[in-house]
Amino acid sequence: MRGNVIPAPDGGARGQAPSGIQSGMNTQALFGQLLIGLINGSFYALLSLGLAVIFGLLNIINFTHGALYMLGAFVAYFLLEKAGLGYWWALAIAPVVVGIVGVAIERLMLSRLYKLDHLYGLLLTFGLALMIEGGFQHEFGSAGLPYSIPESLQGVQNLGFMYLPNYRAWVIFASLVVCFSTWFLVERTKLGAYLRAATENPSLVQTFGVNVPRMITLTYGLGVGLAALAGVFAAPIYQVSPQMGSSLIIVVFAVVVIGGMGSIMGSILTGFGLGIIEGLTKYFYPEASSTVIFVIMAIVLMIRPQGLFGQR
Amino acid sequence: MSGERYERVAFAVMFVAFAAAPFVIYPAFGMQLLCFALFACAFNLLIGFGGLLSFGHAMFFGMGSYLAAQASAVWGLPIEIAILTGAATALVLGVASGFIAIRRQGIYFAMITLALAQMVYFFCLRAPFTGGENGIQGVKRTKLVGLVDIGPDHPVAMYYFVFAIFILAFLLIHRIINSPFGQVLKAIRENEPRAISLGYRTERYKLAAFVMSATLAGLAGATKAAVTLNASLTDVYWTMSGEVVLMTLLGGMGTVFGPVVGAVVIISMQLYLAELGAWVTIIQGGIFVFCVLAFRRGIVGEIEAWLRRRKT
Repeated sequence: MRGNVIPAPDGGARGQAPSGIQSGMNTQALFGQLLIGLINGSFYALLSLGLAVIFGLLNIINFTHGALYMLGAFVAYFLLEKAGLGYWWALAIAPVVVGIVGVAIERLMLSRLYKLDHLYGLLLTFGLALMIEGGFQHEFGSAGLPYSIPESLQGVQNLGFMYLPNYRAWVIFASLVVCFSTWFLVERTKLGAYLRAATENPSLVQTFGVNVPRMITLTYGLGVGLAALAGVFAAPIYQVSPQMGSSLIIVVFAVVVIGGMGSIMGSILTGFGLGIIEGLTKYFYPEASSTVIFVIMAIVLMIRPQGLFGQR
Repeated sequence: MSGERYERVAFAVMFVAFAAAPFVIYPAFGMQLLCFALFACAFNLLIGFGGLLSFGHAMFFGMGSYLAAQASAVWGLPIEIAILTGAATALVLGVASGFIAIRRQGIYFAMITLALAQMVYFFCLRAPFTGGENGIQGVKRTKLVGLVDIGPDHPVAMYYFVFAIFILAFLLIHRIINSPFGQVLKAIRENEPRAISLGYRTERYKLAAFVMSATLAGLAGATKAAVTLNASLTDVYWTMSGEVVLMTLLGGMGTVFGPVVGAVVIISMQLYLAELGAWVTIIQGGIFVFCVLAFRRGIVGEIEAWLRRRKT
């Protein structure tokens, strides 16, 4: 019975509806998990996209990404609590604030490490993540802080086969827009062409008169800005808590290994794809839902070590 | 030759200091120091001499700890056999995870080991035998090989048992590093393509180093379970992986005695600052950042560099 549902979700759902309440409830649960999968996939895509852009130019893996995602959510929380500025303000302000923090991190610390082994960048950003997360835990404890859904996005749509909360639909839509805008920026604009050229050969691009160090700084700012945006998206769904980033970032690392950091589109597809697979696993075999992405990572490494979209 | 003399003197200092420790500090605390020093030495074998940064060594430490606790508390095996069971578990896990992880190098290797360790953590969280959040309690420690009483009422006797394990493992690591195998490992770290062109199957050497490091980390975890009489989720969580990286980095990566010094400093700090709560995390993050930016040789590395400068 469940088997019918997987290949063609829409047709399957309609086909199931008359056959009884039991199966109707099953399809609803299935679509519920698929929706959660898509939401998680949005976060995986946004975060791995930022990691990929940063890695392309800086050659470091940004361990601070999870902490800055958390920081984005906290900025939204502060804006609401202290300044009375709501969700839409937060969407605009949080990425800028976190982006500025990122620029400071890059200028003050990361820029000193480019000549060293890339592992030092990983160690430095890991230490920074501990400091940021420890600081917030000291101030706010481990319990989550609530952040309510903006009024204009409250309510649900009845799609016939499931109820779709407006806010979740918005998150998926907005993430897709942000992901594809980033793709367009990097792959189809002149600025992106400079960026890709600097990824290939920074010294040659510098000879042509492009200020590569500034480009590196701004790229890092952009990458962590994306993480902050994901944090604001996440705030009303999950609670705002100091640990919200640390476990997520490990999953995102696995996503990055699976996709390989070769292409922007690869990050987007892998992020959403793995979110959906995780959602389906939660429905069909919930025991494995927290480990499925890691298992997929292991399998991909056996068959195609460079990742699905990676180049050797 | 003078390098050899320095090593002998340093080893003598370390031996005497640990041998005298139970008369100065609490034996229970001394045993913690020894376990973590062994853990850091095992980790250092991989990063310092193989050039592979594992961010998932908690999986070996934690699984060694769990299986030793299980063997003693549930299967009723004598404590020395239980410790060997823990180490053997880490060996098997090391073969399985090493086989996957050595397919990539550098940053990817770090991310893959971190992700695999997170998978093991989720397994431990769910598996019935680990007791979830409670861990495994009731490890029984009576007589060592039926002769010497190392029960909870004889902490000093237990201390010297742990001391013996540590010294034997330390000498074993020293032997590995200075063997032809260790030399090949260093060659791979310095220039892998050249090692390949000389006809070495580098992936086998790396896997062997990974498995040795994993087994010794498991031995450390198993010994810790025998000391504290329990095993818990903290031993297998990613923060533990981060801590062992920190100990080795602070003490001096690639130095023989650095990890021991780093472990003593970090564990002492955790004890004396325990009431500060989240501040410990912030300080640890700060040490990471400081070491990477300004203290990359670590404590022992700086001392060795100073000794070299004085000679010339």
